[in-house]
Order: sequence, then C-alpha cells, then structure tokens
Amino acid sequence: MEERMTSERTVAGFGRSLKTEEMVLSMGPQHPSTHGVLRLELVVDGEIVVDVIPHLGYLHRCFEKHCEHMTSYQQVIPYADRMDYVAAMSNEFGYVVAMEKLLKIKVPERVEYIRVIMAEFSRIVSHLIAVGTYGMDIGAVTPFLFCMRDRERVLDIFEQTCGARLLYNYMWIGGLSHDVQPNFAEKVRSFCTYFRPKLKELNDLLSYNKIFIDRTANVGVLPADVALNYAVSGPTLRGSGVRWDVRKNDPYSIYPTLDFEIPVGTGAMGTVGDCWDRYMVRVKEMEQSVNILEQAIEKLPPGDVQAALPKRIRPDAGDLYVRTETPKGELGYYLVSDGTASPFRVKVKSPCFVNLSALPAMARGSMIADVVAILGSIDIVLGEVDR
Amino acid sequence: MTPQEIIETLRSRFGDAILEAKTEGVIDPFVKVSPLSLKEISHFLRDDEKTLFDVLMCLSGMDYTGGKLGVVYHLHSTSLDHKIVLKTEVTAESPHAASVESVWKTANWHEREAFDLFGIVFDGHPDLRRILLPDDWEGHPLRKDYAVPEFYNGMKVPY
Repeated sequence: MEERMTSERTVAGFGRSLKTEEMVLSMGPQHPSTHGVLRLELVVDGEIVVDVIPHLGYLHRCFEKHCEHMTSYQQVIPYADRMDYVAAMSNEFGYVVAMEKLLKIKVPERVEYIRVIMAEFSRIVSHLIAVGTYGMDIGAVTPFLFCMRDRERVLDIFEQTCGARLLYNYMWIGGLSHDVQPNFAEKVRSFCTYFRPKLKELNDLLSYNKIFIDRTANVGVLPADVALNYAVSGPTLRGSGVRWDVRKNDPYSIYPTLDFEIPVGTGAMGTVGDCWDRYMVRVKEMEQSVNILEQAIEKLPPGDVQAALPKRIRPDAGDLYVRTETPKGELGYYLVSDGTASPFRVKVKSPCFVNLSALPAMARGSMIADVVAILGSIDIVLGEVDR
Repeated sequence: MTPQEIIETLRSRFGDAILEAKTEGVIDPFVKVSPLSLKEISHFLRDDEKTLFDVLMCLSGMDYTGGKLGVVYHLHSTSLDHKIVLKTEVTAESPHAASVESVWKTANWHEREAFDLFGIVFDGHPDLRRILLPDDWEGHPLRKDYAVPEFYNGMKVPY
C-alpha cells in the first residue's frame, strides 16, 4: 500500500486515507461558457485547478493569408469585420486609421466624428454582450435579456446607417461608405437618454447583487505587473488598476478633443484585479461612451464623407504599426507595403489572443467553477483569437 | 528617450550585434539586430532604467521572400512613453532566433504563432508547439512559397 505512486492523505471525518491524483478535464470545444469554440485542458486536483492549457485554432480561417491575396487594400475591410464580430466597427476603425497613416492622408472632420460615434456605439454593444453573457455564466439569466434588449437599439441605428446589423463594411479608406441618415443625431440623443437609466438598472440587478459579488470578488486576481508582462490590454488591464487606454495615452482620431475618463479597478469588493473589477470597468466604460456620444453628436460638423483618393491605392513601400482601443483592448495592425496595390503583410495583434494567454496565470489554484468566472471576465471572442 | 538616443545606447552597449538602424524616411524607427543576441538586448531594454520597455506590443513573423524570414518586435514603455521597433532576419534553411519568452511572457503565444505560420524556431522557448493549425499540419502557410495542399489526412481539399 505504501508503494503506491499516488499521494494519500487523511481527510478529517473520513477516518481513512483518500487517494488523490491529478486528473485532466477537457472543457470545450463545445461548452456554453467558452463563448465559442475554445478547448481548455484543465489539470485538476480534486476541485482545485492545477493548470489550464488552452487549445485554440478551431476558428482559424487564415485572415492574414487572405489579406495578402487581396487585389486592393480596400478589400481587407470585410475580412477585418469578421474578426471581432460583436464589435466590427472597431476593427474597421483600426484598419482605416492605419491605412490613412500609411498613405499620409487626412480625412474630413465629419468622417472622424461619425467614426468615433460608431466606435463608441460598438463599445457599448460589445460590453453589453460581455456583461450580459457574464451574468449568464455565473447563473443570472435576466440581465442578459435586458442587455440584449438595449443592444437591439444600437443595432437598429447601425442598420439604418449602413444596412447591416453585425458586419458593416462601413468605414472605408479615406472616408465612409455613405453619410448618415438625416435623423441620425436625433436617434443618437434619444438613445443616450434611454440608456443612462438602464445602466443604473443593470447595476441594481447585477453589479451589486450579493450572489454575483460572492462569485466574482477575489476570484482570478491579476496583479498589475503580471498584466503588463503579458501585455494584456483593455478592461482586463484596467481592472488591475493600470490607468492605460490607447484613446488617452497614444491618441488617434478626435479623441484628444473629447472629455472622458478612464475607469480602473479599485478593489471595491475584494482585491484589485479580480473578476468583479474587470466586470465593473466595462459597466463604467459604457457610461463614458455615452458621454463621448453626447459630445460628438453636439460637435458633428457638416461636410463630405469621402476624402479625395486615387482610384488605385498604392502606398509607398514601408511598414507601420498602429494600435487603437477596441472594446476588448489594444488592437494593433502591422502593415507592410511593398509599393504594389495589394498588401505584402497584414499582421493583427489581437487583444483577445493576448488576454487569453494570461488565463493560466489567473486561473491556477482556483476552483473549476471559478475558471468559468475568470474566462467570462476576460471577454474573448474566438473569431478574433483564432483569426 | 528619442529613438536616436535608444539606438546610440544599444550601439555603445552591444556593438556588432546591432546590424542596422534607421530613424529617417521610415514611419516607425527601427533597429536591426542579430537573431542570436536578441535575448540579451531584450533583457537590457526591459531592465535598463533609461529604456524600461515593459510591454511587447506585437511580435510578427515575416517572410521577406528570397529565403529570408524575419521577426519584428514592437516595444513600448508605459512609464517613459517611448517606442522602438526591433527587427531581425534569419534564413529559411536555418530559421533560428532567440526566444524572448523569459523577458516578456506575452511572447510565448506570439512566438508559437510565428513558429506555426512561418516555421521560425525560437531557441529557448519552453513549449514551442503549433497554436492555430492542427498538430499534424504540414508546412507553414504564411510563407510566400507555400503551396495549398491538395489532400489533408487523405481527404481531398475541395478547392
């Protein structure tokens, strides 16, 4: 008996020794809390998670290879839409900002304002899904329905503007596919008035709910230095108390002229950098996005929505890295041009991919049920992880 | 520090390992370094109090055609707010570069991706496996000379 390889220990109350050994538990690829097709290999010791090994690639569709085979830079945009499909506007925004920097062109001011409005709308949409599905992961079904109801209002505005509800192909190099509808400003204002009280409702229903706090506070703590070493970004980084946002720290478009705050995790319910902090940063960011929407729609100037561009876009040979703040974090495009009409290389630094790589660091030592809470608090979209 | 000062510091410290540097005529100033001294240079850049590059924003594999592969590192310092780009070049016959996983943990998955799609081998990486493609995939699709296979595991690929 003593020669057995497995460790044995006596558990109080059992009166005899229990055999314990590590077991591998496969979570996914088809699992409701992995938010897509992700497989986690959990090495567990009883209920305690010893290690997490993510296996990805189930949704890999060669985005970067496709880009190299496009006949023009413009054709990349619909593919970029399909990376983070719940916040497609933000993906387009990053790409067009990078392209315009590569081509050294300036776009009309009206375009910048409309783009920022769309990007902030898509931040609200993405965070609503993140917060709603997070509640559902933890066991609260109602907030999800409320979030979906509010999301629908934004999707209606998107649909009225560009005809699509999910994948827009709206921002083009040098401008937009077309101008907004005449009643756009009115719609945005009425959404802002509608949405503020709903955020309070969400807080009352979910954020300060005792059960929700018990499930998320002090769970999956990510210290700030570890977060930076893993280069995580977005709400996952700010939840750890680092006041870092590309919109403020490495500004692009018209963000420097707008007045908004960067919410960070404070450890209000537990430790700085726990799941609740990451969750709460998203809720507060939605409030800031509404602030931005209100300012931008006040200042929206009249004018053209397309800059003068040559018919065939051929940037000078060169490379650049441009990052923008999407709802998930810092989305970077590394574009390499060889002077021809199609891209030589498009590399996407996907925030979800990088944030997911910090999951093992957060989840080691927690319970199996907490892995669900931690994964939900990172808010990944597998379309962007696998590209 | 300006990119020029960073390059001067690297030149005086590492000498021959710095192969080329460019600050003018390019959008992002870059330093080209020898692939095997990457780890020492990265350690220096992260820990020296004048550079403090604590974030590796992006790590990209490259195929420059003509049997030349490369890796591009975009670095940023959150405390000092400056940036630099490191570039390195390896040959397709012997695609070995030093891993910077021990310097920035985020490089772990990025290097696996570059290994998966370009076949660049990062010496010193703790777990260099394919990450996006299946384990039994043959070839490295983002290389410019990659031919799309007709069969995968005996099944005909329909296009």
